[in-house]
Amino acid sequence: MISRRDFLQVSMAASAIVGASGFGNWGRLAAQQALTQDQLLEFDTFGNVTLIHVTDIHAQLKPIYFREPEINLGVGDARGQIPHITGAEFRKLYGIEDGSPSAYALTYNDFAALGKEYGQVGGLDRVSTVINAIRAARPDALLLDGGDTWHGSYTCYHTQGQDMVNVMNKLAPDAMTFHWEFTLGSDRVHEILADLPFAALGQNIFDQEWDEPSENFESYKLFERGGTLVAVIGQAFPYMPIANPGWMFPEYSFGIRDERMQEMVDEARGEGAELVVVLSHNGFDVDKKMASRVSGIDVILSGHTHDAVPEPVLVGETIIIASGSNGKFVSRVDLDVRDGKMMGFKHKLIPIFSDVIEPDAEMTALIDEQRAPYLDQLTEVIGQLDMEAVLYRRGNFNGSWDDLICDALLSEREADIAMSPGVRWGPSLLPGQEITREDIWNVTSMTYPNAYRTEMTGEFIHVILEDVADNLFNPDPYYQQGGDMVRIGGMGYDIDVTKPQGSRITNLTLLKTGEAIDPAKTYMVAGWASVNEGTEGPPIWDVVESHIRKLGTVSTRPNNSVTVTGA
Amino acid sequence: MNFSRRETLALGLGAAAMGFMPFRVNAAAEDAIAAFTGGAEVGSGGLTLTAPEIAENGNTVPIAVDAPGAAAILLLATGNPTPGVAEFKFGELAGSQAASTRIRLAGTQDVVAVAKMADGSFVQASSTVKVTIGGCGG
Repeated sequence: MISRRDFLQVSMAASAIVGASGFGNWGRLAAQQALTQDQLLEFDTFGNVTLIHVTDIHAQLKPIYFREPEINLGVGDARGQIPHITGAEFRKLYGIEDGSPSAYALTYNDFAALGKEYGQVGGLDRVSTVINAIRAARPDALLLDGGDTWHGSYTCYHTQGQDMVNVMNKLAPDAMTFHWEFTLGSDRVHEILADLPFAALGQNIFDQEWDEPSENFESYKLFERGGTLVAVIGQAFPYMPIANPGWMFPEYSFGIRDERMQEMVDEARGEGAELVVVLSHNGFDVDKKMASRVSGIDVILSGHTHDAVPEPVLVGETIIIASGSNGKFVSRVDLDVRDGKMMGFKHKLIPIFSDVIEPDAEMTALIDEQRAPYLDQLTEVIGQLDMEAVLYRRGNFNGSWDDLICDALLSEREADIAMSPGVRWGPSLLPGQEITREDIWNVTSMTYPNAYRTEMTGEFIHVILEDVADNLFNPDPYYQQGGDMVRIGGMGYDIDVTKPQGSRITNLTLLKTGEAIDPAKTYMVAGWASVNEGTEGPPIWDVVESHIRKLGTVSTRPNNSVTVTGA
Repeated sequence: MNFSRRETLALGLGAAAMGFMPFRVNAAAEDAIAAFTGGAEVGSGGLTLTAPEIAENGNTVPIAVDAPGAAAILLLATGNPTPGVAEFKFGELAGSQAASTRIRLAGTQDVVAVAKMADGSFVQASSTVKVTIGGCGG
């Protein structure tokens, strides 16, 4: 039988490219076998160019736990394709043993037990060690940051991203692209850009008024590496003003703009680029479609949808690399570029096991320096997780963190129905862990946190669900926004993901009475993260903190309020 | 807190426009195309319509049309109550047969452009523009 690895090589050879994945080296280790840093970093340096990809760190400076999704549905052509494969199916596809380190890193099953065994993941001091090791082997390796870096924690919020800027500057990326960074507000973004010691890229970042490429960002940058000219083209998150509050960055317009991407690829090739890399915050399915429509891209470093994909996905002659989120993974891609062509690649998705990889002491000190002024606030214990419960978010529908946040909104804001945004960031907590203020902020921190309380008709609630569902389940990825489904408390519904917009959502039920939602009746709804200017209400972290304090010990329950069909 | 109806609607997850469901093609759009073409057959190719997949603001959506050699281009928002947006006419001395504008869309719908070529033939291009309340980008 042909293994996936062989298959990859065979299919690449067909296009005169030879590829190899380093994934198998650590992936098949027995569960009890001790993992070492050397094993994680093992890599036979290949070719003449090395790319290092980090993305969607969401300001997670310190090690965390992060549970990968259980439900991650693909629709249309993406149905049943990577990254829409989870759990046992995922392990089968990549030949991962149950209970192995890779099973823990890449799938959700037995998360609490494996988390206790293998420990935390991430921490930018560990990431630094990995990057240093790669640079030792290939000193001119390109380090590329896919964005969602200056957002997502207590310290990031209170320093307006400065903690992340300081730490990332020490990691010294060569280029970066953007998404949540813009929610700092354009003034603050401009302030940081003025001193940024590396390229700020985004071919699709436009001036809103003139509908022309923004002068504040470069579309691409050329780097001479390993005797070859490498073009790195930036692609920022295309739907910034729709998915996030446009009033915070009114000067900018985005969009996919794949015609312009083609122009940039052609222009860079015209200037002598032998390798074209797109540093993207499109999300995986959008990147797959873009790779099929734009010719001449060798590598897409994909971010936004937080997928950890252990082998490159091939679309034509383009390889797509996705490197997870929250500092949990670093991708290394070695490329053989000769005669103006990518002749072969080697790739490894390196999981950052925090207890295995030695932290870079200088980086630890720098991180602790950022946190020092806030340490008392960060470490204050608000409650405790019971011995059965895991708090996590990632997945298409409610995670247990979302259930807790929705419960907080329902009780603290005295509402019938709660809505919480389907963002993909936010680390997990294991049974028995103390819940600190930092943990609450890790799943709620943002610059538009106000928890509103308002009346909505049943009809309008239905419209919202249909609208958000289409942003996730539209069969054309260019019409998706890359978030998960809005999380609902106090109400249940059925969803058929294969139906068109307007007929996916049925059977809306108010849980406290068991009655069907009446389109004409009004309900009291509490939610947060409205993209509208002037939204009133206390910040969500205060609402959640108050709720957890009252609970003392937090337990979770199975949430069966959403019935999914068509998956 | 007291909210006006408009604010209440907007509070959901943020509203770009009030109409959210895909709009059906207004019969007036078909009539407008028929009037423009005189009922002639409409082909494709040679006309580029550039529109965003998802509108950042349904009230002002940038649209561009480009049809080298065209004499006129009709632009329609097929789901608007009044679909007609513009008819661009190009004289013989026009340097290019391209135009761009911003239009208001009442909801998710197809934007259609029909070009009358110099030889009297017609070509059409269309693009679906989604108008969404958005708000949950991960």
